[in-house]
Amino acid sequence: MAEEHDNFDEIELTAEEKELLKDLPGLSELGEARRIFLAQAGAMGLGAFALNLLAQEDVFAAMQTSEGAKFALVTEENAVSVKLKINDVEKALTLDSRVTLLDALREKLQLTGSKKGCDHGQCGTCTVIVDGRRVLSCLTLAASCEGKTVTTIEGLAKGSELHPIQTAFIKHDGFQCGYCTPGQICSAVALMNEAKNGEVSYVTADVRQKPRSIKLSDDEIRERMSGNLCRCGAYPNIVRAIQEVHSGREQAQTWSFHTPDENLAEKKVEKVEKVEVEINETV
Amino acid sequence: MRPFKYSRATDAGNAVSQISANNQAKFLAGGTNLLDLMKEDVERPNELIDVAKLNFTQIKSMNGGVSIGALAKNTDTANHPLVRQNYPLLTQAILAGASQQIRNMASNGGNLLQRTRCSYFYDVAMPCNKREPGTGCGALEGINRMHAVFGWSNECVAVHPSDMCVALVALDAVVKVQGKDGKERSIPFADFHRLPENNPQKDTNLNQGELITAIELPKNNFADKSYYLKVRDRASYAFALVSVAAALETNGGKIKQARIAMGGVSHKPWRAMQAEQFLAGKNATEANFKLAAEAEMKNAKPLEHNKFKIELGRRAIVRALTIAANGGKA
Repeated sequence: MAEEHDNFDEIELTAEEKELLKDLPGLSELGEARRIFLAQAGAMGLGAFALNLLAQEDVFAAMQTSEGAKFALVTEENAVSVKLKINDVEKALTLDSRVTLLDALREKLQLTGSKKGCDHGQCGTCTVIVDGRRVLSCLTLAASCEGKTVTTIEGLAKGSELHPIQTAFIKHDGFQCGYCTPGQICSAVALMNEAKNGEVSYVTADVRQKPRSIKLSDDEIRERMSGNLCRCGAYPNIVRAIQEVHSGREQAQTWSFHTPDENLAEKKVEKVEKVEVEINETV
Repeated sequence: MRPFKYSRATDAGNAVSQISANNQAKFLAGGTNLLDLMKEDVERPNELIDVAKLNFTQIKSMNGGVSIGALAKNTDTANHPLVRQNYPLLTQAILAGASQQIRNMASNGGNLLQRTRCSYFYDVAMPCNKREPGTGCGALEGINRMHAVFGWSNECVAVHPSDMCVALVALDAVVKVQGKDGKERSIPFADFHRLPENNPQKDTNLNQGELITAIELPKNNFADKSYYLKVRDRASYAFALVSVAAALETNGGKIKQARIAMGGVSHKPWRAMQAEQFLAGKNATEANFKLAAEAEMKNAKPLEHNKFKIELGRRAIVRALTIAANGGKA
């Protein structure tokens, strides 16, 4: 397409868009290809606003990368050093004091399994396990993790062998879009230990019982997993997956792929329906 | 989030002197509330002193009662055998709040210092005397379904969000704090939080620089008959519309002593003294529970959208007392 429009003047831009392209700061320093793209974007109807955004983005990108820039971007304020163990690997980081554990994992360590949902401690998708306890990484300052051991979703499988909770989530279809899943799984993994240790919940009938391993009802699982929201509503399947691993009793799988026979049968039904429709129309 | 200096405290004395030297500094423990408020630009400390590793994490017997460290986690407190056995009301109240992840992070001291969840307090574009004194109260004539029915003022109608604190005020807990020059003092729980009056920016009677070190629970005879009831918009992981901590000490069918406190109804955990006084010496019957609830709730003053809290409060008191009288099992 670039060959078709190698000249600005050949492209149909509104007077306003032409004016904008001319006046954008720094645009003259952009490469030819980029200018053409911008012009095309205008021609394709992205409009003046989008053009402006694209051009600004480019100008800012150019500032960061060009040598001898007039000012240096501050990357860390109030830098803090922190050593911690993440998925069995020792890490030493120097971070801006404001960086949360979640941002450190995602932005500094490329561990993007832990997700950022609300970033305010309301959704649970950032759940990771710190020193054996499930916590919200979005409300944890990375600086406060000195000497701690962190397990994320990336650290649960042993090589290619999935954690039993992971396997159960697949078997029971414990997700639809999958965005809450890393948090759900980390939460469920920690929950197994909480039940083993006899920790009670708000729905436990007798909190005065001696601490011993607790058999969780589905209601108990729901209460204990209430910090992990799933907007797709995969809750029944999530509970089933957790119950299977917790109880060791196989839970019925409520879905399956179509077998070739079923596919064939369905096609036949469609055919019959089509014929019926035709007959009806004729009548 | 605005920039702040971060340091890790290794000694309580130093932490207190450090914070006393900077009135824009704050202690950081679990961070579950503070960090959220910093992201919202509601809290703007320029320095955080991380006290999480100070040695105030013990939960131990003390003069027949139990002392719980200010830096013990909510989860560890709720599940400690001494607490479960002797103060099941506290266990239930802690577990009624937040989620497991948050309780795993949150400290006991921090739970006491939670700020209100009033949406006008959270929204920096709205007026709020608690956040910015003198700007007015957005909730007074705004959307105030979640707000107070006891002890509010025209300056502030917010409620305290904690469940744990409702149990603590019912149990006559005592807050131990350490101030400058190692000075220690004890604050009865009922005096720890305050009503808004004309300065709602102050949630508690803690002085600048003071550090909570422990919460002491005196010995009592309520463990057999207590219950924490929380009523909310969804079954779990939501703040209370109304909650009730109820505890009874009975002799035969007669009530020797009743303790009742409410959450979601006031700027502080609300001790229902009228209801308690009514029940002393009476039989533990549903009829008496109803009269006690009436004695308390008749003094409530609802706002435009929270009139339902009066009837809800009445029924919640009756139900919590009924369950408590039946051995605390719902």
